[in-house]
Amino acid sequence: MSWVTFFQQLMNGISVGSLYALLAIGYTLVYGILGLINFAHSDVFMLGTYFAFFMMVIFLLPWWLSVLIGVALCAVVGMSIERVAYRPLRNAPRISALITAVGVSFFIENLGLVTVGARPKGFPRPDLMKNVYVLLGARIQGVTFWVPVISILILFVLFYIVYRTKIGIAMRAVSRDMETTRLMGVDVDRIILYAFALGSALAGIGGVLWACKYPQINPLMGIFPGWKAFTAAVVGGIGNVVGAMLGGFIIGLAEILIVAFFPGLTGYRDAFVFTILIVFLLVRPGGLMGEVVREKV
Amino acid sequence: MRKLFVVVLCVGLLLSGVASAQETIRIGANLEMTGAVAAYGQMIWEGINLIREIVGDTVLGKKVELVLVDNKSDKVEAANATTRLIDKENVVAIIGPAISGSMLAAGPICEEKQIPIISATATNPLVTQGKKFVFRACFLDPYQAAAAAQFAREDLKAETAAILSDIAQDYCVALGNFFKEEFEKRGGKVVVEQHCKTGDQDFSAQLTTIINANPDLLYVPNYYTEIALICRQARDLGYEGVILSADGADAPELFSVGGDAVEGLYHTAIWDATKGLNDIGQKYIDRYKEKFGKDPNMFGALGADAYLILINAIERAGSTDPVKIREAIEDTENLDVVTGKVTIENGDALKPVVVRKVEGGKFVFVKTVTVE
Repeated sequence: MSWVTFFQQLMNGISVGSLYALLAIGYTLVYGILGLINFAHSDVFMLGTYFAFFMMVIFLLPWWLSVLIGVALCAVVGMSIERVAYRPLRNAPRISALITAVGVSFFIENLGLVTVGARPKGFPRPDLMKNVYVLLGARIQGVTFWVPVISILILFVLFYIVYRTKIGIAMRAVSRDMETTRLMGVDVDRIILYAFALGSALAGIGGVLWACKYPQINPLMGIFPGWKAFTAAVVGGIGNVVGAMLGGFIIGLAEILIVAFFPGLTGYRDAFVFTILIVFLLVRPGGLMGEVVREKV
Repeated sequence: MRKLFVVVLCVGLLLSGVASAQETIRIGANLEMTGAVAAYGQMIWEGINLIREIVGDTVLGKKVELVLVDNKSDKVEAANATTRLIDKENVVAIIGPAISGSMLAAGPICEEKQIPIISATATNPLVTQGKKFVFRACFLDPYQAAAAAQFAREDLKAETAAILSDIAQDYCVALGNFFKEEFEKRGGKVVVEQHCKTGDQDFSAQLTTIINANPDLLYVPNYYTEIALICRQARDLGYEGVILSADGADAPELFSVGGDAVEGLYHTAIWDATKGLNDIGQKYIDRYKEKFGKDPNMFGALGADAYLILINAIERAGSTDPVKIREAIEDTENLDVVTGKVTIENGDALKPVVVRKVEGGKFVFVKTVTVE
């Protein structure tokens, strides 16, 4: 393999990885605050693309406005899911909330299949994302530049919110000890709603950017990216936002490079990613940047 | 008194059930309405319903009732759907799945239960091999691949080729292999072979390797979802050669997802959808254009063919006995269907291969290939 080809494959890996990273941040955020893996995250991701798509196609709004509205609608959907499906189970064992999350996921997917149909639709994308640039002999799409930039911007915004605002302090307090926070007079329900709104908005942004790179949307499009992003979040350390980004890049690169170096193993590409998940859960469940929680006696 | 009423009600229901069974002929439709290849099943269903509008929905004086079951583009579901159609819905014949993988699952069940099944578009040779109750309305892949290879060598003058096939589908794997054989038989060289999987969205790794080998032609014998994305990514990564695909490319999603990346794509198909080769074909094209505003697709047309073959067979058999229907299907000769004339031999339809090209966002006829 020549250096140019290797560099191209590296860019391919970073391109996919940055999309996983963005999605992983959403998973990790909700887990960090609530201890809940929101399996419906991948479906809010899908809804984001459909909302934006319909804004563009039915209301003929410009791309940036459609995306903004789409993301806002995702936040609303996220909050509704929390209110309807997760809040009643706030005090139930964790497994109930987990199963409900899976249920919500199936519900949204099948609702999509029934209403918009199973056939994929082409997602219109702006030239900014579509155009291909040549760098050091490798061809890189606009979206490959923008996704890491946007992800890092989001990280900055998140850090600002979580560490410098009152809502952020409240979120950190809720994740530490929900009951005590409630006793302190904080409206815990509202804070959790905000967390979900934030996480779902991230899913929406992730969805739109994913559709910019792979302009084909269908109701089941979130399933595999969701699972891989979840793996990325675990690898990076679930609960740790920077870890999620790191995990995303690792998974993306791993996926691409295994196909680049061992083309005969293409069929095992997804299996490879999930094997990494299993290995990490067995050997280092805290992930690369997570803390290993020791039982205090 | 109440007990008597219940008994009378039950008897009445039973009788009405029996009566309706005698009045309609039930034909099953085991199609991919959701899942990876939902477009194929939906297009076939569209075609069947359209031809019923044209030729009517009765045969032997009885109404033909279609029982649709969605196999979700999945082999296991296709097998379950077949069992359900035969055992529970009591159909006398089945219009089978569009894709070879699912037909390979459904066929043996029909063979065992002796109910004829005809697929509109399954092209893998194994589908009908050694079976008496399994039929198809389309050509076979070895023939399609030979036509593709001949076109590639003689018309496109391609010396080297790369193949990117979907290893999760029987159709794609077999067609890729047949093409390689035929292309090399005609003096070409397949310089690189890469694989992908149904549902994959990222082909950048495989395409980078392919572009590195600099082939004249890229052969993508896959289904529409993958073809559109592959074309996009290939062009984005700088591939400037020709892309050749197979009958799976015939879906509107190719254009809506592929956009300008699929301009110039060639593919092997079953007919030129712009002009009818006979009266029924022209009627179908006109009706389709009237209803949907665009040229008809191959899947709908072949779905209509499969329906016409079945109805014609039932008429010639003069009965709804599945075994007699099977015999009549096997005897189909020079029947006028939407895509021309069809003759069934050993369960297969002898059909010519047509090459089409994407120009201006639609398929344009290039030539009919007769394999030498």
